[in-house]
This record gives sequence, structure tokens and C-alpha cells, in this order.
Amino acid sequence: MALPGSLNRYLLLLAQEHLEFRLPEIKSLLSLFGGQFTNNHETYGKSPFWILSIPSEDIARNLMKRTVCAKSIFELWGHGKSPEELYTSLKNYPVEKMVPFLHSESTYKIKIHTFNKTLTQEEKVKRIDALEFLPFEGKVNLKKPQHVFSVLEDYGLDPNHIPESPHHIYFGRWIADGQRELIESYSVKKRHFIGNTSMDAGLSFIMANHAKVKENDVVFDPFVGTGGLLIASAHFGAYVCGTDIDYNTVHGVGKASRKNQKWRGPDENIRANLRQYGLEKFYLDVLVSDASKPSWRKGTYFDAIITDPPYGIRESTRRSGSQKEIPKGIEKCPESHVPVSLSYHLSDMFFDLLNFAAETLVPGGRLVYWLPVYTPEYTEEMVPWHPCLKLISNCEQKLSSHTARRLITMEKVKEFENRDQYSHLLSDHFLPYQGHNSFREKYFSGVTKRIAKEEKSSQE
Amino acid sequence: MKLLTHNLLSSHVRGVGTRGFPLRLQATEVRINPVEFNPDFVARMIPKVEWAALVQAADTLNLAEVPKEPTEGYEHDETFLRKMHHVLLEVDVLEGTLQCPESGRLFPISRGIPNMLLNDEETET
Repeated sequence: MALPGSLNRYLLLLAQEHLEFRLPEIKSLLSLFGGQFTNNHETYGKSPFWILSIPSEDIARNLMKRTVCAKSIFELWGHGKSPEELYTSLKNYPVEKMVPFLHSESTYKIKIHTFNKTLTQEEKVKRIDALEFLPFEGKVNLKKPQHVFSVLEDYGLDPNHIPESPHHIYFGRWIADGQRELIESYSVKKRHFIGNTSMDAGLSFIMANHAKVKENDVVFDPFVGTGGLLIASAHFGAYVCGTDIDYNTVHGVGKASRKNQKWRGPDENIRANLRQYGLEKFYLDVLVSDASKPSWRKGTYFDAIITDPPYGIRESTRRSGSQKEIPKGIEKCPESHVPVSLSYHLSDMFFDLLNFAAETLVPGGRLVYWLPVYTPEYTEEMVPWHPCLKLISNCEQKLSSHTARRLITMEKVKEFENRDQYSHLLSDHFLPYQGHNSFREKYFSGVTKRIAKEEKSSQE
Repeated sequence: MKLLTHNLLSSHVRGVGTRGFPLRLQATEVRINPVEFNPDFVARMIPKVEWAALVQAADTLNLAEVPKEPTEGYEHDETFLRKMHHVLLEVDVLEGTLQCPESGRLFPISRGIPNMLLNDEETET
């Protein structure tokens, strides 16, 4: 199985969560750090083991400083479908590539990692002993080794049919771990300021990775809510800003979203959230503004737009309305007054969002957002599109048996000319999605109503 | 509201188009909010800034130190970048108004947060 040539091959060990989101994350990050994604005819399905060709160890390390989908990466020294194949493969791995890590001055340890099976200590020792043909000259150090080597055994995905011997065995030098611990350290449970629809931390980081957020970027969220998506981008060194139509949310006043807490405290706002994580320096501003009527000047200044638009299940969709006259002048205009909200058709909302992204993103900048779909009627044609934006990925997260949301990632590939030129798009290209204006009714009707109830009770 | 944000905002009152920029800034309360200096980020922002609008906004806040234009080779001019860092990111307008230069519509700023909401009649369609 050993491939010839100078390509450095790495084994990526992935977490078995958000499976569909993994490939776009790894691809996005590799392209961010200058690696080309080549798949070597390996199939990247549900397996937690992926073999990647990466030009350098630095790129592999950078990848691991960002990924929340992958657990660890190893420099792959050999692999096979049986122990014999693995050993043959290892014997073909160039000795000069091994020696720097095995010489007599070095310390090392060997770990055994199994997927879908647990081995006894005795079985583990047997596997380590079988590797004695490798030129290990260093000293074993279990506490603080300079180099860690791993044997990884893959017993397939079916916990009800665990095979006697593994489907695949890999051996490699451990390089780095991913950022899985961020999911815990940024958990919404421990966050100061949250709303009804705060995004879970893992998905927030996945979104920032799909968006290729990097240091010194400007990231914008037009439906900012309590700012959870901004936190993930700021963690990766981007400066963040957002808008929301809800005055109370932006100002952090009003009713609390937490159980056992009636009103929001004095310091529950987006800036304080960033401060909680030591990220306040990345705070630009948040504004009270209606995403359907953007108040931004012409120009391209956002490196990424990352957002979770409201689709009316737990937070209502709204835009400012016209029935009431706003009094002119500041004295007469109570600042907290939100003009009457009209329900905002979902297809209009996505049209506005794509047009806004096409206009304000820098070339190559990305838009990442969630699109709610009624699964039985969903087709790919429904995904809104724009001539200036190229679809990069489209990943499903199930919400119930009949509903899902899809994480859409688009990249700006063409200069935005003028607003009028794209006004026809609404009728032409957004028709397929218009059925989803009734997403709410479908969500809350018949079968799905019961499911929604069940989901609610299981969450509480 | 930081002056960087002010530099990106425009009035969207119906019919004003590009004449809605820049918004006239009036401040009744300004705070200087220290932010860690990051020369790379400031240098990235310089070409995105509409300079005349920034100078005008800085003038209304009596910030004397804004250069009339970016200096040559500003990426490596730490004195210049520190000045711009202060003007763009540390000056925080807490209370005041933004006024549409064309229609006169006022947008209030309270507790550092501008409110850009309009009625349907007032907006572009």
C-alpha cells in the first residue's frame, strides 16, 4: 500500500460528530494554510481515519491549531489491512525519515489507539513488541517523551458487529492534537450572555473554519443575537462586528434566556461575552439595524459574513414595518422604539443576505449561513445562489424527522457591479426556495408538531 | 461606536443613495477605551478608510492628531499606525447622534450603540 514519491502523508483522526461538516472544514483550512486538498483515491466517508497529503509539517500543525472536527494528526509511516501488510509497509518507509526520531539521544513512547474495540493491556503490549524490527534506539519515557508513536486500529463503524481483526492498521508519529477542547471551554452553559438560539460552541467554530477566518480579518454577523458566532471568529484573531434588529438583545436588556433567571443582568452583552474569553480587543461594534435595510456604505470591507438568520422557530423573523410613524428628531424618538415588525419572508431574507454579501465581501471572502429546509421537499435547486458567489459546501444538520438546517458556504468570485443589476434575481433564482416561506407552518404542523414537542421536552 | 465603524456606515433613507455618506457625527459623551495595539490590523484598515470622512469625524470630536492623509510607507511607520489605532479603535462615542447629510434624519447613539432602524417609508426599496 505504500505510495512512492515525495508526498508527505499524514493520518488524520477525526471525531465522530458532525460528519458532513468535516470534509469542508479540513478542505477550507488546508486552503487557508497553503495546502492543496488531494484525496489519493481514499474514500472519506464516515470513517474517523483519513489519509491526507500535506506539503509540510508546518501546514499540518496549522491545520490542527484550527480544526474542531479532527482530534489528532500523525505523520504516517505505514498502514495495511493486516499486521503483515502494516509491517511490510513500515519496512518500505525510508529509514532516513525515521532516524531523526529514533536515535539514541531521543526518548519516545508508543501508544495504541483502537476504534470500535477495546484491547486488553496484554494485547496492547503484544502489538508494541511486534514493532521491535523498527530501529528504535532511544529510551522509552512514558511521562515526558520527545516523540510519541501510535498504532491505530480501525474495527469499522458498526458497534453491533465488531470484527475479530481490524479492517485497517496505521502506524505514525504523532504531530499535534486539534481544538476539540474549545467545545468545552467555550460551552454555552458557561457563557455569560446567551439567547434562546445561541449556537453550540462546536458548530460556531466549524462555521468560522468553513469561512476561512484568519488573523486581522473583519467578520460581520447581520443577525448577531448574543454574538456567539463572533466569539468563535475572535478566538481565531478576527475583529468582529454585528447588527441585530432587536434593541433589547443588542443592548443586553430585557428578559433572560436562562432558566431560573428572569431579567438580564447589567453586563450581559456581546462586548462582555468577548471579555469573558479575553477577546475584547477584537470587538469593533454592534448596531441596532435591520438586515433587510443595510446601512453600510459602498465598498468591500468584510472578510467573512457568518450568520444564523432567524427562521421563526425559536426567534421570530422580522423587519421594521411601516404602520406607525416614527417621530422625527431624537427628543421625540424613544431610542428603544422598534418600528412595527413585519414578518420577513424567508426567501426575501436570503436574497437580501446574498446580495449584501456579494456587495460587501472582499474578493475571495466567504459567506457562511444556515438555511432551514423541510426535508421531504428539499432539492439542491432550492439553495439560493448569486452570480458573484460560488457555492463551496452545503452540509445538513437534522433538526427533526422532517426538518433540517443546512450550513451553506459561498465564496465571492466576481465583482459586484450595482444593486439594480441583481434585482431580477429574486424572481428568477429564489423561486425554488419560496415554498419555505411556509417553513414555520410545516415545522409546527401534524407530525412535526409532535416531534418539536418531544425535542423540547428532551432539552429541558 | 468607534470611528472605524462610523467610516463604514451610511444613511439608507429613501432616495439619498451615495449622498447618505458620511453621516454627520455629534457626540455628547466620548470615552477613550484602551485597545491593544495591533499594527498589522491597523495597516490593513488604512486602505479601506474613506479618509476625508475620517478627518471630518475626528474634527467634530476635536481629535487634533489625525494626519490629513496616510503617510508614505505607512505599513512600517509605527508613529502613524499608533495614531490611527487610537483614532479608529480607541475613541468610543457613547452618546450622540448620526445625521443623514442629505435628509437630516437623526440616528441616535446610546450606550455606544447606534440605532439605524427606519420606517418603511423612509427606506430604499
